[in-house]
Amino acid sequence: MITRLTAHATFRDSAAVTLLSLALLAGCKHSAPPSAGLKATALGTALVESSGGHQVGATGTALKDPLVVQVNNDDQGAAVPGALIEFHGPAGVGFDPSAVLTDSSGQATTSITFGSSAGRYQIEATTPGKTKSVSLVIIETALDYQGRVGAILADQYCNRCHDPESSPERVSNYDNLEVKPHPFTEGNTLNKMSDADLTSIILHGGPALNRSALMPPYGNTLSSSDVKALIAYMRAVSDPPYQPPGTVYARK
Amino acid sequence: MWQALFGDPVRAFGVVSLILLLALAIAPAKEHFSQWHGYQRKYLALIRDRGDAISLHRRFEPGIHQIWLPELGVVDRCTTCHLGLKEASLSDVTQQPFRKHPVVPHSLDAFGCVICHGGQGQATTVAEAHHSERAGEDPILPTRYIESGCGQCHQNALPGTPQLNLGRTMLTRYGCVHCHAITRPDGSKVVATDHPPSLAHIADKTTREWIFSWLKDPQAYAASTTMPNYKLSDADASAISAYLVSNSSPKDGDTVAADAKPAANADPAAGPSLYGESFCASCHAVQNAAGNLVGGDLGPELTRIGNKAKPEWLAAWLENPRVYDSATPMPHYRFTPSQITTLVGFLEAKSDSDYGSGVHLDAASPQQIAHGRRLIVELGCAACHEINGVQKPENFAPDLSTIGSKPLAQIVFLAGMDHSLPSYIAAKIRQPRAFGSSVKMPQFTLTAAQTDALTTALLALTARGRSMPDNLRVAAIPETNYQPAGPAGKLITELACFSCHRFNGRGGEMAPDLSWEGSSVQRQWLTDFLHNPNTLRPSLIRRMPRFNLSDGDNKELTDYLLAVYQSPAIDPDLASVATNSAEVVEHGRQLFYSKYDCQACHIVDAKADKGYIGPTLTQVGSRLTPGWIYAWLKNPQALRPGTTEPNQNLDDEDARALTAFLISLKGSGVRGAK
Repeated sequence: MITRLTAHATFRDSAAVTLLSLALLAGCKHSAPPSAGLKATALGTALVESSGGHQVGATGTALKDPLVVQVNNDDQGAAVPGALIEFHGPAGVGFDPSAVLTDSSGQATTSITFGSSAGRYQIEATTPGKTKSVSLVIIETALDYQGRVGAILADQYCNRCHDPESSPERVSNYDNLEVKPHPFTEGNTLNKMSDADLTSIILHGGPALNRSALMPPYGNTLSSSDVKALIAYMRAVSDPPYQPPGTVYARK
Repeated sequence: MWQALFGDPVRAFGVVSLILLLALAIAPAKEHFSQWHGYQRKYLALIRDRGDAISLHRRFEPGIHQIWLPELGVVDRCTTCHLGLKEASLSDVTQQPFRKHPVVPHSLDAFGCVICHGGQGQATTVAEAHHSERAGEDPILPTRYIESGCGQCHQNALPGTPQLNLGRTMLTRYGCVHCHAITRPDGSKVVATDHPPSLAHIADKTTREWIFSWLKDPQAYAASTTMPNYKLSDADASAISAYLVSNSSPKDGDTVAADAKPAANADPAAGPSLYGESFCASCHAVQNAAGNLVGGDLGPELTRIGNKAKPEWLAAWLENPRVYDSATPMPHYRFTPSQITTLVGFLEAKSDSDYGSGVHLDAASPQQIAHGRRLIVELGCAACHEINGVQKPENFAPDLSTIGSKPLAQIVFLAGMDHSLPSYIAAKIRQPRAFGSSVKMPQFTLTAAQTDALTTALLALTARGRSMPDNLRVAAIPETNYQPAGPAGKLITELACFSCHRFNGRGGEMAPDLSWEGSSVQRQWLTDFLHNPNTLRPSLIRRMPRFNLSDGDNKELTDYLLAVYQSPAIDPDLASVATNSAEVVEHGRQLFYSKYDCQACHIVDAKADKGYIGPTLTQVGSRLTPGWIYAWLKNPQALRPGTTEPNQNLDDEDARALTAFLISLKGSGVRGAK
């Protein structure tokens, strides 16, 4: 009986050791740099964003356009091909690929998939550099369900005036207006307005806050959940980021 | 040892008591060291230092939590560890399992968690709840496909689920449902909305060489085509083309004598300008020099149409497309013979001399033709296309009505693949032939976003969705089979109005819904517009084409539109407003410019106003009826749901004055000047 028990214990111990070593292995595998197998042929001294920053997407999905960054050589400002770039981000974010060598024009491209939490994602691109490693931070925004509904509503009712960008399919009305509307990304102005102010300007039009009547009232057109969604979207894309006022409590 | 422990009765009693005590301690100890208990302790530690710790603590209940909804079959214990789901003040917490749930239209208590997220609701460990792969159990759904949860009950298009909506549109537009049957939970079938061409008279239209090249790689001919690649060998593609050409039956009138070469003295700009004026680009795309597709996707891409279409077929098609294909979405333009010659010359010049240049096929042998037929039957070509001598197969591919609940045990995963249903479905869509050379499903050319959307739509087809209580189901809005009657109905079919416009619940989305057009516009304007459709919105690329309608046809159509498409909500007696006094008109002008600032979006004075959003109103008094303007001002969304103009809740007096002002805007007198 006793020997059996001992044997059992030994078996369990060895199992524990195996598990432990497996865990260690897994840990090692996890901590291995994503650049394993890539060998940089050149080093740069500066990193710049080419395209793909400041995009807005939905949680859990891939961003529409890939992120492109370029490695430059500071001395001549020339692009550096063959330099290694690694991408890092907050937990849950995915890169395809997460490490890549720059192409002949010195550029590296990755596609970004958001994790499941909404908000601003700080994406960091790093390259080893000649003396010390160089990094670049790029901001992308993930919208949750409410923010996405707001984005769709903004596109339907607001962006024709509030977004100064024109596309061939849709010409912006921004330049035609005597009193310029605030783009929804304009955090310096919109962050100062409370949710209640924004709600009343959407519901009752500009005159509700003594502003231009060029902003018409949408109170009979949008539901209260529509207005909440619109405000959630404006807060999410605001730059600089919006800080909710929060309740003030006495510290314990 | 035995002697030492149990030799003495007192000592034995002590030892047994000790064992009993330990045994009794097992149950509370097991609970104390359980995973969920650890998470609850972590949660308490998390909220301890927060400003609102007291109220958070008051709402915290220790122990196993459970959402039990018998009618939905939900027993979810997820909230045992996910403790912050309903705590609005935890919006800054990013650490799971304590994050706040994003705002969604449904209450968590009414629907639980697994209905949307999948996973095992009854489990109380992370491994079992999130990652179980046992038979009949499915791991938790990745966030990228979360919209599939909505699609279990909502069969209609929701405004907040663009990915699911795209996926569902693709199921019908990419022809998936020609081969795979999909029945919705309410018993209705998902029907295809694409229009794969009939191949019964294919030899009148094109050559065997073109068919061969097309079959080898459809995307090489037209990058935007939805025809998938069957990865055929040269011999197989040659055999299929041989069968199609040898079994094509000529059709009366689908070819006419035509010369693809324009006359020597023809104006070289005539072709492009006729193509532009006819707004072919509203439906057909052409690749420009930069490689971008310009134009609509309702009809096939025309970048290399000269490689495909025989001039004599193209001429007959342009004369009346319904001779070759009675159900085509292409309108019968009523082109004149010289216009047809111009267009045929212009389109036939759209060819790529490199395309198919290396293809030389020997005359087809009977064996080849027989082999072609065998392949057509085997690959299910007739599921989409009408082919002489081959029956349309029934249930050609597996039924997908419950694909979203396919048990993992029935799936053969590829090496290195994530063992979950979403990754299997996505991989199968991305590269069907990777699952074995005997797989018949062809290779579609899809973007990553399209694959995700299709996967989402398929994951929504669950067994749970079929067992939902009836009161939770939101049915899809089916297309009606409305068909206007009489000679005007025949004209509406010939001009393919339904391809772009909607009437009484049937038709396309590209152009305005015309169900109430008769209440909306004035007779003279409509007559003029049908003769020469000048656009109301100059910034639009896709516009109404000009048909060469005879005066008789124009009158027939105008009469019918005005008589039949009337809204019961519009008051025709408001016409009297048109004779309003100058003061009322002036009052309306002031309301327009000062009180409501309508010039933000509309142009009334072409020199001073700049608004681009709404239609130009310089001649609105000759276009719209007073009754329509009045009803529109009172509630625009009631007449056209989703329109940008807000409902300003005007009182009757303001609405009347504005109507009087607008109806006074008759324009410069030169109709169609703008």
